[in-house]
This record gives sequence, structure tokens and C-alpha cells, in this order.
Amino acid sequence: MFDFSSFLDLPLMWGGIIATAIFLYVLLDGFDLGVGILFPFAPSDDCRHKMMNSVAPFWDGNETWLVLGGGGLLAAFPLAYAILLPAFYIPIILMLLGLIFRGVAFEFRFKAKKETRIVWDYSFHFGSLTATLFQGIILGSYVEGVTVGGRSFAGGSFDWLSPFSIMTGVALLFGYALLGSTWTIMKTDHKTQEWARKVTFYVLIYVALFMGLVSLWVPFLNDQLFKRWFSLPNLVYLSPIPLLTACAFAGLYISLLKKREVAPFILSISLFSLGYMGLGISLWPWIVPYKVSLWEAAADSRSLSLMLVGVSLFLPFVLGYTVYAYYVFRGKANHQEWY
Amino acid sequence: MEFDPTLLSRIQFAFTISFHIIFPSLTIGLASWLAVVEGLWLKTGDDIYQEIYKLWVKIFAVTFGMGVVSGVVMSYQFGTNWSVFSDRTGNVLGPLLAFEVLTAFFLESSFLGIMLFGWERVTRSMHFISTIIVALGTVISAFWILAANSWMQTPAGFEIQSGNIFHPVNWLEIIFNPSFPYRFMHMVTAAYLTTAFFVGGIGAWYLLKKRHLAHARIMLGMAMLMAVFVTPVQIFLGDLHGINTLKHQPVKVSAIEGIWETKKGAALVLLGWPDSTTETTEYAVEIPKLASLILTHDPNGEVKGLKAWPKDERPSILPVFWSFRVMVGIGLLMALTGLMAIILYFRKALFTTKWFQFWCLAMTPTGFIAILAGWFVTEIGRQPYVVYGLMRTSEATSPVLGQHIFLSLLAFIIVYALVFGAGIYYIAKLIRKGPLPILKEEEVYGSHGLKKPLL
Repeated sequence: MFDFSSFLDLPLMWGGIIATAIFLYVLLDGFDLGVGILFPFAPSDDCRHKMMNSVAPFWDGNETWLVLGGGGLLAAFPLAYAILLPAFYIPIILMLLGLIFRGVAFEFRFKAKKETRIVWDYSFHFGSLTATLFQGIILGSYVEGVTVGGRSFAGGSFDWLSPFSIMTGVALLFGYALLGSTWTIMKTDHKTQEWARKVTFYVLIYVALFMGLVSLWVPFLNDQLFKRWFSLPNLVYLSPIPLLTACAFAGLYISLLKKREVAPFILSISLFSLGYMGLGISLWPWIVPYKVSLWEAAADSRSLSLMLVGVSLFLPFVLGYTVYAYYVFRGKANHQEWY
Repeated sequence: MEFDPTLLSRIQFAFTISFHIIFPSLTIGLASWLAVVEGLWLKTGDDIYQEIYKLWVKIFAVTFGMGVVSGVVMSYQFGTNWSVFSDRTGNVLGPLLAFEVLTAFFLESSFLGIMLFGWERVTRSMHFISTIIVALGTVISAFWILAANSWMQTPAGFEIQSGNIFHPVNWLEIIFNPSFPYRFMHMVTAAYLTTAFFVGGIGAWYLLKKRHLAHARIMLGMAMLMAVFVTPVQIFLGDLHGINTLKHQPVKVSAIEGIWETKKGAALVLLGWPDSTTETTEYAVEIPKLASLILTHDPNGEVKGLKAWPKDERPSILPVFWSFRVMVGIGLLMALTGLMAIILYFRKALFTTKWFQFWCLAMTPTGFIAILAGWFVTEIGRQPYVVYGLMRTSEATSPVLGQHIFLSLLAFIIVYALVFGAGIYYIAKLIRKGPLPILKEEEVYGSHGLKKPLL
């Protein structure tokens, strides 16, 4: 049995791998959930066809990152998985139900008659909306921390419901909408693209407001967070993050004015990256915030070693053919049904 | 009303996984079959194969979509409802599930996009390769998930350390645990047969309706090839699996057989009503000595009865006993179908015999029923343990209120009924519409599917 723990910090590496998987999920499923959130507001059925076609070949692969996030957490940090999932029982179930309605809408919409297509349009929209809202709520309540007793969750069934978590839920709706609208700018043309550009202006304002709100609120949630951001010298070292965020906002605004097609999406991704970095800095080194650290929750080093071999062998391929799939479906989406 | 979290979580898991397994069963079979059909198209250049492909790939897409969304639910339920189980076995089972995602799920989902939408965007051979990769992905996925399930049935290659936590010692022993090869072969073959009877049933229906006759002959013909050659293999594999279960989980076999007393030369109970209160099997129809002969390959061999185990070590007898008979019954009907197909084939009446078409139509859903019944046997038969012999199901539950599990179960039932209903409706619609003639490229104008204007 091989074991790399004598020369590698496996829990740290696995923390990094899981964080990357979840971040890729947020970006990739973020844009297609965002398309779902904006779906009913599109000006015509033609636009909706194009939007749907722009994400149809990808949604399934994108959602797989969520399975890797969940499965990876079970494999690498079983204790965290065992504490966190019961803590978020209700929002996780609701998120999963939302994802069901969102996912089947792709298949059924293509096959439905014109009159019943609207059912799947709304299934797509409300499914995306529900899944996003509860992902945001889970994130918010994760940052607030959960009650732990022994090796399990020891809090109440509705601990996840708080003003802060509701706020992060709504914030994520706008965040994904931004990814969705800038994706639509990139992948469509003519009327759909113009509409998406207009939408992005509005969504961007809300994203800025919510990012500001979150940044001001988080440090006051508890002592650790306050000290992490506002004690010296952290304040100085961490100042590039808010500054870069401001630059990304400005850049995104300008790229919209200049009618750039790809830049807005890239800049939205960088906004998410900066936000995610801020989150990571806030929560370090906890995997169950303020209770269980990465090292305390880590699986047996033999399990982590085996999976590290698996990840090194297979993840490059996964990334490779994911890129290939995006390359095959490059260019603008069209409005006809493809198969 | 009492809300028992363990019981409700068991019902919820049973419901969601029973619903889920229907779709992978079909996608495993369909993906491989589609690869064969596409291969035939490339080899013969006969458009009929492409027409069949294009019909069934749509059905495949609907099935796959429902499999994905119901599968995501499964990957989270280990934590939401079975957190103590996850905490204790995560070291061992987690990596198997992670490998499933890494080696199968990404493969399937990325190349499915090309399979469905890539006709115009990649070459024919790349499209064919994508189909093969998806087919391979479905089997790899089955490999890992069945390794994990089999480990729960026949745990091996581990040690238990402080706090009752399972730790891995030997990965090969964990993956290739004693029941895994049998369960894997039996399940993949079951998926192939289920798909064959599904496709064959639809072919028979077209023949009955006198529509798409050429396509229908290919569908029914290929399905009957499977019925003739693969059903006997499956029955053989099932027998091996049973012998393996006898070695590692004898109490499950006693429940399957409905045998209460340990005795030599035990009779095989064909039908009956096992009663746990009186500890007898009522109304038993028996064949003397046959149980001993099948299980020990000796008519006077000793077969252990259920009473050899204390009551709290036994699974529920009735569902195990009956599910097994449903599964085996369907297996025998499939073998009978194969036999009839051979006879009709040599009488040159395979595609023209009306009663046989009705028969095949009736057999359409039987594979799914047999798969569900088989899983009921093995999973209910594992009770009262979640990790056989080592961890009881009652110890595995999450600290979640029974009321909330009740509500989530209700929500799953309603949502799945809606989604499943719609899925069946759309699959039925696709089948009614049937295969469409392929437009020749020279007839198509641009990429808009319009006929070329005559200028």
C-alpha cells in the first residue's frame, strides 16, 4: 500500500483539489444556471432557442463538477461531508429538486410541442432559480458556521436560514445571471446579443452592490473574520483583492460600452475568482468553518494517496476533453433544433 | 404518528435509487447497442442504420438526462441521510465513488454532447469514437459503483480503527471483493438484456402496426440474437452469483429459498408464503432435494435454515423470497422467448408471426422489473446491516428529524412522478413518430435543413 503522507501534505493538496472542483462547478454551471435565470426575460422565442442551444451540449458536463465536489468531499474529507450535509439537509434537497427540473427541461423542451414547450421553459427557469438560490443560501450559512457535537452536526434543522444566508442566496442569483448574460453575449449575435448586453448593465449594478454588501458584512460575522481582514498587516497584504475587484468591475463596464464579445465573460470569471479568493482567505484553514480544520477532517492518508494518483492520471484528460467539447461547439449558437 | 428517521431514510433511498437504476440500465445497454448500429452504418453505408441510430439516440438522450439528474441526488444522499455511514466508511468507499466521477461521468457527459449535437461538427469516425467512448463510460461507471456496493455486501481489504472507522489496507481486495466480479457481470448483462427486450418490443410493435418494417426487423432481429445467446449466459452468471452469496451471506440465501429448518436433502420451495411470526413457509409448492442439489451440488447436502440465525440477524423474508421469484421467473420467460425465436427463425416466420409480436411487446418492460427485483433481493437481503456483518443500518443514519425526511420523501415522490411521467410520455412520442428518413446532403441547403432552391 502506497502512502505519500511522509513527503506530501495530502490534506492541503486535497483541500486545493476540492476547492478547484467546486470553483469550476460555480463557473461552468454558473453560466448555464444564469442562462436559466434570465431565460423568460429574453425578448423572443428565437432568442430563447439560441440561449438554450448555447448551453445544451455542456450542462451535463458542467453539473458533473458538482458530483465531483460532493463525491470528492466524501472521499477526501468524510468527516466534513458527514457534518455538513445533514446540516444543510433542507436546502440541499431543494437544490437537487431544482437541478432536476432544470436538467430534464433540456431534453423535454426539444421534444415538446409548441403549446407545451412553455412548461419546460418555466421548469428550466424556476429550476435554475431554485438551485442557485439554495446554493447561495448554503454558501452563506457555511460562512456563518455550523454547530458540531462529537463527529456530527448538532444544530437545528433551520440553522441555515438567516438574514445573511438569504442575502448570499439573492447575491448568487445576480452573480450567476452575470455569468449567464456575458456567456450569452459571447455565444449569440444580433438581437439576442444586444439584449444580453443591456441586461448585463443592470445585472452588473446589482452584482457590485451585493459584492460590496458581502464584503462589509462578512468581517462582522465573527472575531476571526474581523481580525483576518482588518488587523495589521493583513489589511495591507489583502488590499489588492478589493482593488483588483474594483478594476474588474470598471473593465467589465468599459468592455460592454465597447461592445466586446468575449471580454465581458472573461472579466465576470475574474470577478468570481476574486470573490472566491476572498472566501478562501476568510475561511482558512477550516473545512467545517471554525470547528474542524482540513487536517482534522482528512481521510486516511492511504485513501488520499490513491486518489491523488487517480487525479494526476485522469484529471488532465478530463480537462483536455472538456476543452475539446467546448472547441467542437465553438462559435455562435443557432436557433434551430440540433437533433 | 411516529417518524422513524432510519425507516424513512431507507424508504427514501430505496425509492430514489430504484427510480435511478431504471435509467442507467437502459443507457448502459443502449450506448453499446448504438455503437454497434453506428459501426454497421459506417461499414455497410446503409442509411437504415443511421435512421435507427437517430431515433434511438433521442431516446438515449432523454434516458440519460433522467439518469443524470436522479444520479446527482444519489451522490448527495449518502451525506444528507446516511452521514454516520459516510463518516465511518468514507475512507474506503469515497475513493471508489471519486474514481467513478473521474473515469466515467466526465467521459460520458462530455462525449454525449458530441454524440447528440456533433453530427455536423465532427467527422464520422470522430462521432463513432464518441459513441464508443460514451458506451465505455457507462460500463466503467457500473464497474465502480458495483465495486462500492459489493464491498458493502462482502467487505474486504480493510481494518477498523478507533471510533469504528473503516480504513483501507489493500485496494485490490477492496475493489475486487469476493462478490464484485459476479455482481458486476450479472448487472451489466442484465442491462444488456433489458435493453434488448425493450428495443425488441418496440420493433415488434412496429411490425404489428405494419410501420417501419425494415427498421423493425433489424431491431427485433438483433434483440432476439441477444435473447438466444445472452439469456443462457445470464442464467449461468446468476447461478454463480447465488453460489457466491451462499458462501458469504448464507442467511440471504436461506431467505431466498424460504427455508426455516436446517436439514440435509432440503426441498426447493417453488412458491409459498414465508411467515416470520410462525417461522414457516405456508402453502409451499416444493420439489424434494432440489435446494440441496442446486446449492451444494449434492442431493443430500446440508442447507442452513433461517432459524440458525437469531431473529435480529435476519432480513425481511417475504420481500426477498418473492423478489427473487419475480427475477428468476422473468429470466425464464426471456429464455423461453429465445427458444421460440429460434423455432420461428427456422420456420422462416420470425418477423411474421403475430402472436409472437404480441408476446415480445408484452416482454418490453420485463427487464426493468427483473433488475429492480434482483436489487431488492440483494439489498433487502443484506439487512439488518449496511456493511454486512459489521455495521447495522440503524447505526448509519444522519441526525436529521424524521418529519423532514418524510417531507423530502414526499417531495421526491411527487417530483419523480412528474418527471418520470413526462419522460415516458416523450419517449412514447418519439417511438410513435418512429425513425425518420435521412435527408441526403445534396438535398440540404446550408445548415438550415431546407431543400435546395431550384435555381
